[in-house]
Amino acid sequence: MRRSTILDVSTRMVTVTTLVLSIYLLAAGHNQPGGGFIGGLVGGAAIALAYVGGGLERVRAFTRLQPWTILGAGLVVASLSAIVPLVMGRAVLEQGFVSLDLPVLGKVKATSALVFDTGVYALVLGMVLMAFEALGEERTPGSSTGSTPGRGEAS
Amino acid sequence: MNALVAAPIVLPIAGAALSIVIGRSRAAQRLLGVAVLVAVAGCAIALLIEVDSNGPAVVQAGDWPAPIGITLMVDRLAAIMLVLGSLMLLGVLVYAIGQGRVDGEEHRHVGFHPVYLVLSAGVAGAFLTGDLFNLFVSFEVMLTASYVLLTLGGRRSQVRAGMTYVVISLVASALFLTTIGFVYASTGTVNLAQLSTAMSELPDGLRHALALLLLGVFGIKAAVFPLFFWLPDSYPTAPTAVTAVFAGLLTKVGVYAIIRTQTLLVDPADRPAGLLLTIAGLTMAVGVLGAIAQSDMKRILSFHIVSQIGYMIFGLALFTVAGLAGAILYIVHHIVVKTTLFLIGGLVEHRAGSSDLDRVGGLLRTAPVLAITFLFTALSLAGIPPLSGFAAKFALVDAGIASSAWIVVGVSIVVSVLTLFSMTKIWAGVFGGEIDRDRDEPRPMPALMLGPTIALAGTAIAIALAAGPLYDLSERTAEDLLDADRYRLEVLGS
Amino acid sequence: MTVILAAAAAFVFACGTYLLLQRELTRIVIGLALLAHGANLFILLGAGRRGNPTFIGDDPSADYLDPLPQAFVLTAIVITFGVTTFLLGLSYRSWVLTRDDEVQDDLEDRRVAKRTTPTEVEVDLAEVGAALDAEHQREAEHHNEAGPDEWETP
Repeated sequence: MRRSTILDVSTRMVTVTTLVLSIYLLAAGHNQPGGGFIGGLVGGAAIALAYVGGGLERVRAFTRLQPWTILGAGLVVASLSAIVPLVMGRAVLEQGFVSLDLPVLGKVKATSALVFDTGVYALVLGMVLMAFEALGEERTPGSSTGSTPGRGEAS
Repeated sequence: MNALVAAPIVLPIAGAALSIVIGRSRAAQRLLGVAVLVAVAGCAIALLIEVDSNGPAVVQAGDWPAPIGITLMVDRLAAIMLVLGSLMLLGVLVYAIGQGRVDGEEHRHVGFHPVYLVLSAGVAGAFLTGDLFNLFVSFEVMLTASYVLLTLGGRRSQVRAGMTYVVISLVASALFLTTIGFVYASTGTVNLAQLSTAMSELPDGLRHALALLLLGVFGIKAAVFPLFFWLPDSYPTAPTAVTAVFAGLLTKVGVYAIIRTQTLLVDPADRPAGLLLTIAGLTMAVGVLGAIAQSDMKRILSFHIVSQIGYMIFGLALFTVAGLAGAILYIVHHIVVKTTLFLIGGLVEHRAGSSDLDRVGGLLRTAPVLAITFLFTALSLAGIPPLSGFAAKFALVDAGIASSAWIVVGVSIVVSVLTLFSMTKIWAGVFGGEIDRDRDEPRPMPALMLGPTIALAGTAIAIALAAGPLYDLSERTAEDLLDADRYRLEVLGS
Repeated sequence: MTVILAAAAAFVFACGTYLLLQRELTRIVIGLALLAHGANLFILLGAGRRGNPTFIGDDPSADYLDPLPQAFVLTAIVITFGVTTFLLGLSYRSWVLTRDDEVQDDLEDRRVAKRTTPTEVEVDLAEVGAALDAEHQREAEHHNEAGPDEWETP
């Protein structure tokens, strides 16, 4: 059975939109609903859509980085946001913010919590990618009769 | 000071992150893991010295004041647990590195070091946290890491045992979460210091229900009498080093939580002393009887964990300074000795190819150093004078007699004898007897595996030598624990 | 509202418990997720009665719903998410190894049970021993193909 063209094209479009939404949620996080984890989950939903549409190949096409590199980098960034205040002699995880006057966007409050959120975002995305890497199938869904996994054939 | 309190949690997390990023080089991972744990152990010892001389240290994460922000609180008990925990984690990590060099895919796995560091962050978090919800989060961090460590390698028996372990832990976690819901709905706070006053203002029935729920939740984690069934099944299947950490440390985090919540949150008037005494006696007896029925070294030792938990609960159940001091001394002794015994079990398995008593034998002649190390730790576990177990058990029995808890004192002495019996069974099965000629040539034991084992056994002997000062420290800790006002004063400042 | 939420939590708990008692691993995983959701719903109930609102400032606190339970629930969801992913990985691994979606029996357990009840003779001890050996064999074979699939951080 071949993959449906409608499914293919529509998931491509929705995936990109969802990813943009996830980044918006990440940035909006501090004072409005959103944040790193929620952004990451929405991003994860985008990846899931890509998997539905194009299988594991399209999930891999997102990035050339290994999933655990993304996850590790996220954890590094998040833990830095705990360590930097300590090094500066403040309480662990203490936050600061600056108000910026940016063109187009107007007055924007940039908080150091955003750094932590970005770390969490990368961590969640890395984990979702890893889950697909571990559980997803090489072949596109529906392209073969049985759902035999690649590994474990020996048993 | 500020940094010192946060470091045992933050450092391992950062280390884990780095360890993932540098995953390509196992050598760098090993170096990083050891360096981080050495640093954590250093911080822990500094904290213990500081706390013992200057009183508890409190840190508010993000600088939010106490009832609102996340409180990190180090008193003597937390500091003692932290020191022991980090030393065990360090010793076992060195052992695991040694094992990874000769065999054991699991210890060479790219995920081992990051997950191990996350585990140590979770353990430290559970000891340091000053509120109930973060205790839950720390437990989850620790448990999630332990799920991964238990099943690393994905062997069939691991998957089966891992499933049991994960399911039981998750049910306990759901129960914990529900309990937090109850507590928050009835008191409006999860800060332990605030809870200690808020709980005593609740109606009788609700107060008892909450105390029992907390006991049940941590009882599953600590593997006390009716709730221990998952432990002997799941622990022995993990890779050796992992089992040693689980055996020495994880259940003791549950015991720590029981001690903390029962002394701080439960009103002195309605502490469930009778119930705890019953649980303690049954846990001791059932654990040791289970151990006698087994014929695999790791399984015998796993059942003994259950039995030993009973002694700690016994000390707590007395709710006297002497009882609690005995319990704390017992925990100190137990963590060291149990970890060592499991490491020895791993060495036996490494050398003879199995830990089944029927399959190995004669190690006294082929591995005399290992045999002597086992002898010391096993006799210590059974409580033979003048080893560390004797000091701890003596303190407990003494406290029990002072509170006239005759039955449990009697049970504890009988259980000691039975413990000695099953230790002699291991001795006869593994170290005594004939060398099995059919087996392959015994493999040499790497220094990195033998070294930490002997070092930990040495620590156990040091505990015996320093039993006097350690008991004084335990007594000071127990006095802190029974004085909930002090805790409140430190955290809330009023 | 409170009654509806309480009833919903109770219903979710009941479903979760039922699924947890099944033998299929996938059902157990779903059951555990449901249990956690039930606990989360339950915590939200706690938001009804006010604790000390987390906000600092002059605003009349009566205008806020207590946000702390929502923070609890969010954290709990994060944890459940991670653990559920791991459990799925684990049950998939179990399926790869056994071609079966059921909870595996513990051979060691059966052997001990065998030893303590000598009256039951349906399973010969030797047979169980052989099964154990086969198990070890299979384990040895599988040992080398363990992939880096099941590791994640919370």
